Amino acid sequence: MSEPVALKLTAKDFKSDQEVRWCPGCGDYAILAAIQQFMPELNIPRERTVFVSGIGCSSRFPYYMNTYGMHSIHGRAPAIATGLSVSRPDLSVWVVTGDGDALSIGGNHLIHALRRNVNLKILLFNNRIYGLTKGQYSPTSEVGKVTKSTPSGSADAPFNPLSLALGAEATFVGRTIDSDRKHLQSVLRAAAEHEGSAFVEIYQNCNIFNDGAFDQLKDPGTRDDFLIRLEHGQPITFGRDGQFCVVHPPGGFGLEVRETAQVSPGEIVVHDATVADPAYAFALSRLPGLDLRNTPIGVFRSVDRPSYDSVVQSQLAAAKAPVTQTPEQQLAGLLNSGDTWTIV
Amino acid sequence: MTKQIRQLDRVVIRFAGDSGDGMQLTGDRFTSETAQLGNDISTLPNFPAEIRAPAGTLPGVSSFQVHFADYDILTPGDAPNVLVAMNPAALKANLADLPRGADIIVNTDEFTRRNLAKVGYQASPLDDDSLAGYVVHPVALTSMTVGALAQQDVSKKDAERAKNMFALGLLSWMYSRPYESTLRFLERKFAARPELVAANVAAFRAGWNFGETTEDFAVRYEVKPARMKPGTYRNITGNAALSLGLVAAGVRSGLPVFLGAYPITPASDILHELSKHKRFGVLTMQAEDEIAAVGAALGASYGGSLGVTTTSGPGVALKSETISLAVALELPLVIVDVQRAGPSTGMPTKTEQADLNMALYGRHGEAPVAVIAPKSPSDCFHAAIEAARIALTYRTPVILLSDNYVANGSEPWLLPDVESLPDLRVEFATKPNGEDGTTFLPYLRDPETLARPWAIPGTPGLEHRIGGLEKADKTGDISYDPANHDFMVRTRAARIETIPVPDVEVEDPDGDARVLVLGWGSTYGPIGAACRALRQRGLSIAQAHLRHLAPMPANLGEVLRSYDRVVIPEMNLGQLAHVIRAKYLVDAIGYNQVRGLPFTSAELETTLEEVLKNV
Repeated sequence: MSEPVALKLTAKDFKSDQEVRWCPGCGDYAILAAIQQFMPELNIPRERTVFVSGIGCSSRFPYYMNTYGMHSIHGRAPAIATGLSVSRPDLSVWVVTGDGDALSIGGNHLIHALRRNVNLKILLFNNRIYGLTKGQYSPTSEVGKVTKSTPSGSADAPFNPLSLALGAEATFVGRTIDSDRKHLQSVLRAAAEHEGSAFVEIYQNCNIFNDGAFDQLKDPGTRDDFLIRLEHGQPITFGRDGQFCVVHPPGGFGLEVRETAQVSPGEIVVHDATVADPAYAFALSRLPGLDLRNTPIGVFRSVDRPSYDSVVQSQLAAAKAPVTQTPEQQLAGLLNSGDTWTIV
Repeated sequence: MTKQIRQLDRVVIRFAGDSGDGMQLTGDRFTSETAQLGNDISTLPNFPAEIRAPAGTLPGVSSFQVHFADYDILTPGDAPNVLVAMNPAALKANLADLPRGADIIVNTDEFTRRNLAKVGYQASPLDDDSLAGYVVHPVALTSMTVGALAQQDVSKKDAERAKNMFALGLLSWMYSRPYESTLRFLERKFAARPELVAANVAAFRAGWNFGETTEDFAVRYEVKPARMKPGTYRNITGNAALSLGLVAAGVRSGLPVFLGAYPITPASDILHELSKHKRFGVLTMQAEDEIAAVGAALGASYGGSLGVTTTSGPGVALKSETISLAVALELPLVIVDVQRAGPSTGMPTKTEQADLNMALYGRHGEAPVAVIAPKSPSDCFHAAIEAARIALTYRTPVILLSDNYVANGSEPWLLPDVESLPDLRVEFATKPNGEDGTTFLPYLRDPETLARPWAIPGTPGLEHRIGGLEKADKTGDISYDPANHDFMVRTRAARIETIPVPDVEVEDPDGDARVLVLGWGSTYGPIGAACRALRQRGLSIAQAHLRHLAPMPANLGEVLRSYDRVVIPEMNLGQLAHVIRAKYLVDAIGYNQVRGLPFTSAELETTLEEVLKNV
């Protein structure tokens, strides 16, 4: 299919006629608006865009996009989207999921979609709580979280979604925040351009059951000291005056945050999202502390690897040698193969 | 020496040995030779789930039974006329199935003290008179094979491994089988190792020549070709036929076939087979689990493929939630359940029909699907096409209930004329269907089929959202309206209930039968053979067999009520009988066995005769 020159779509074209039914003040509104505004820029016809979701608040997303869409079952969106994407390489397939949907009930499908490198753009809205079921702790909730199901505090350690995705050797991994439209769109842009699985964690505020979970990253008073904005090719420094930086500590495995004044400029890590070894991006994903201090956002990793879709499609294409026979004639040949005998 | 040649009308041979002795291959080759000759055939492999159980033990015994005749037969035979026992375990495990007077060919080399002790023989049964009721042929199969290959460039181990070809050669001689196809097969199989081709061919010839020269085998047998319908045949297993049926459904619908599957016995062979047919546009995906397998298939159906998933009972249980989603989405989906003995892991290599309840009812909510079952190995081809036809025409999940018996059993298959196969072409929605000419209503139904439009992504102007939430009639918008839900539930039930399926046919050649025996699925052969035997003895009995379990044929109630007694044999505890009793208020009698093995026709004959006596 040849790409139309310019579709001249607007955000309005991506708004469906359905009433949006998230709670007033939910972070999902901001993400929806940002994505509807961003989609025209991809210049992909609406009919070739599909949003597939699982179950949860975020998974209502497809109903509000005037594209093709499927609101499926809990945790299974990556599996369903895999079947669609691999069989229809002409489509742009997006998965919208949440922390419970993707990391708890659907954890298996998520890691396998990532390791296969299926051509899916997976958006994980992480609010660190179960919202639709009214407030139980989730697999990204902090240890000790008191919720309806954990009155004494949760006993289990959370997943770090990016560490998990990198452990599955995802080829594209990024993080952004619901309230920062410009940054969100910049990460989505990079994800959309990526061939293969793109995994984007979006910190999203649930103002009903886990309000303020990411406030330190949003508050003008703290955010500059807490957030590390990753820029490919740039030394990793942050803080209001760039007073902090990221270095490889001698003798250590990972990365550490230091005061910029205490290190020589050559020691500061220059961000390179294309490093083949996922260990580098993994080390970045381990920087944040429990209080969200040192939280990197942006594109952690973006490496080239053939997508599952392209490998499968090329196998199919290779098997289809040019033939003069009709499919029916080929079928007759197949049925008649092997040891046959004829009775007259 | 000149051997006497005796004509037989039918023979049942069972090859039995250790899992590593190559009995399945030996049986398979003998079957192929027999098919070439034009006998009717039916086969029954029987093997343990363990890949290599401890050598020489009873759990490690693997067998392959082949029944061939000069007339059309329906089953792999109740009892073997000939047992080939490659070791003491194979003898012990199979002896109880042999009628007195049967021939037993034993590999004496394996009857060592150690091997005898492994299976609890105090003394060799070859040395006492415990086998006096049988015709025992002691053959030093291993040492003669090794001796015959002394000049060959193979290791002693490889020479010993060729003993199954010696046995095949001997049996091929005994029953006058044409062996060219076996020689060709060996050349193909060992193409990379010419020394093994030479060794196996030499072992085969040594076995053949041994039969010709030894005085122990005084008689050679012939079974004349069966009178079968003219046409081209091939021998085929149920799993292979089912796979080809799915390929054919793809060709006849013009749609790509997408198979999502997770390895599971006894269904994996369908995944293996379909993965070879990429040139027909068949895309196979080995998923991370059963749930992903059906999910991917449903995703592909949404995109315009014929989505298929293949599994066995435990896998269907895992797929249940996604099948319900497919019911709500009203998209085509074929779910193949190759049933095995359950519950849980059960007996993975043994047969059973105990997933009928799950197929009919095993979902949350009111979630009806169509259910059909093949009756024989070759019928799996047509059943697969029928499953695809219903799925595509009525936009519904269809469960195809095969089982281990038909999946691994084989029979001659009269190859169909491709042009005579059903036309499965579908029309995707291409333009708005609302009265205003611009709106698209994804749940506006075809009045005849009650199917909704299949509008695949990529179609301009028809962008719409579907999902598991209840949908409003016509628009497909989310709806919590009580009346709408009631309407939608009833409509989904009617969608399945009103699928037209062929009337059930009754076979009652005498026309005066008062007892009807009703079956479904793989019991067709044993039931049919039992009915034939009763009729040959002058008794009247009617047979009907269900292919469509949901919906059931429209004439079934009338058929059931026109007999004084209805008997339903099933390899479960009465699942179809339960449905029949509930649905038609007919006091059906169940005959049930769950031994992991198909019914024998003899036991059914006895059972049915009892019923006939008491009518």
